[in-house]
Amino acid sequence: MLPARFDYVAASSVEEAIAAKAQGGDESRILAGGQSLLPMMKLRFATPANLIDINRIGGLDTIERHNGHLHIGALVRHADIAASGEVSGAVASAAPWIADPLVRNLGTMCGSVAHCDPEGDWNSVLLATGAEVIAQGPSGSRSIAIGDFVEDFFTNTLADDEMVVALHIPVPSGRSGGSYQKLERKVGDYATVGVAAHLELAGDGTISAAGVAMTSVAPINRKATGAEAVLVGNAPSAELFAEAGEAAAAAADPRDDVRGSARWKRRVVAAFTRRALAAAAEEAQA
Amino acid sequence: MEITVNINGTDHTADVEPRRLLVDHIRTGVGLTGTHIGCDTTSCGVCTVLVDGTPVKSCTMLAVQADGREVTTVEGLKSADGLHPVQQAFSDEHGLQCGFCTPAMMLVGAALIEENPAPSDDEVRWAISGNLCRCTGYMNIVKAIQAAAAAASSDGDG
Repeated sequence: MLPARFDYVAASSVEEAIAAKAQGGDESRILAGGQSLLPMMKLRFATPANLIDINRIGGLDTIERHNGHLHIGALVRHADIAASGEVSGAVASAAPWIADPLVRNLGTMCGSVAHCDPEGDWNSVLLATGAEVIAQGPSGSRSIAIGDFVEDFFTNTLADDEMVVALHIPVPSGRSGGSYQKLERKVGDYATVGVAAHLELAGDGTISAAGVAMTSVAPINRKATGAEAVLVGNAPSAELFAEAGEAAAAAADPRDDVRGSARWKRRVVAAFTRRALAAAAEEAQA
Repeated sequence: MEITVNINGTDHTADVEPRRLLVDHIRTGVGLTGTHIGCDTTSCGVCTVLVDGTPVKSCTMLAVQADGREVTTVEGLKSADGLHPVQQAFSDEHGLQCGFCTPAMMLVGAALIEENPAPSDDEVRWAISGNLCRCTGYMNIVKAIQAAAAAASSDGDG
């Protein structure tokens, strides 16, 4: 299969990429790993007139801890995250479960996040951890909370002259932990159900902050705010996590499909929320 | 657009349309048909090649993205000394049935051994989890990659 014709630019700087993107307006797309975009272009679901390849831009492939957050540049591949010693919590837990090993070698976290596929894993992790998307435009960069970045499925809130240059994931100063639990029929399939959990503990061992978000059980990745409310202020326990699991299941809105019935998926949400929270608490208490 | 891709140690310069996929360039442009096209939808992994040593799906990369880079296809595995240890092991261990997924499996195996000279059973299975064998001949594929690792490291020791 061949994508529709497009004009190709291999940008050598972020400024050049942004200028090219602005020129093409909503007919322009950024090519990072291309592991979602190129398949869509081959199927002609996406037919950008301009493709701006950012793979030759230097300095976008860094993973580093900086000012209380983890900085992940636009060319950091899923495999880089899985192999990095800098990552922990839900990010480290999710990385090996993105797509398959070959896709992980090319696909980028920033690209996946910007793609806003409702069945993508990373946006749940970002919702649970309270991450921010760093977008750069002609007059500088701005930080967008992940909840505001995702407008709808396959739709983000970037302006035509902006591109994602990094993600900033908070690294709490106190004790914290996280986990991503994913059920897939086979390697490389979309999640049947995915749950990301993030916990922070206060000095007395109670939960001071909690994030729970779900994949593939709502029109877009959904934060389970009810489950988070159940957790905060309480001491971690199996009973508490079970209660949070039920709250998450109630917030899920799955559909019957080839991967299973809505009713069953809701039960998976409850179980996976429980497991993700238990793993997060274990990491935080270690 | 003019590109130069080093494939199996030889520079190939060609004028390609930006929308041409790397796999089409390798097969039709350069004439190396050991790289196969299976699903053409980023699912099966039979189009795997190594780009700068890393296994990727060549149906999901544009040829222009490979400009100036080093690509290894199955044809590039053997050297003047003979078959690559992975090729010898696939032959010895009967690591193939119909052979369609074999070039990709061997390249993934070769890249794995490069990084991890003694992969466990689980590590091999994890490494090939993006590659489908529709004959379901996985047992011998795993065995062959481990045998290749053992042969490569004993060669290195000797």
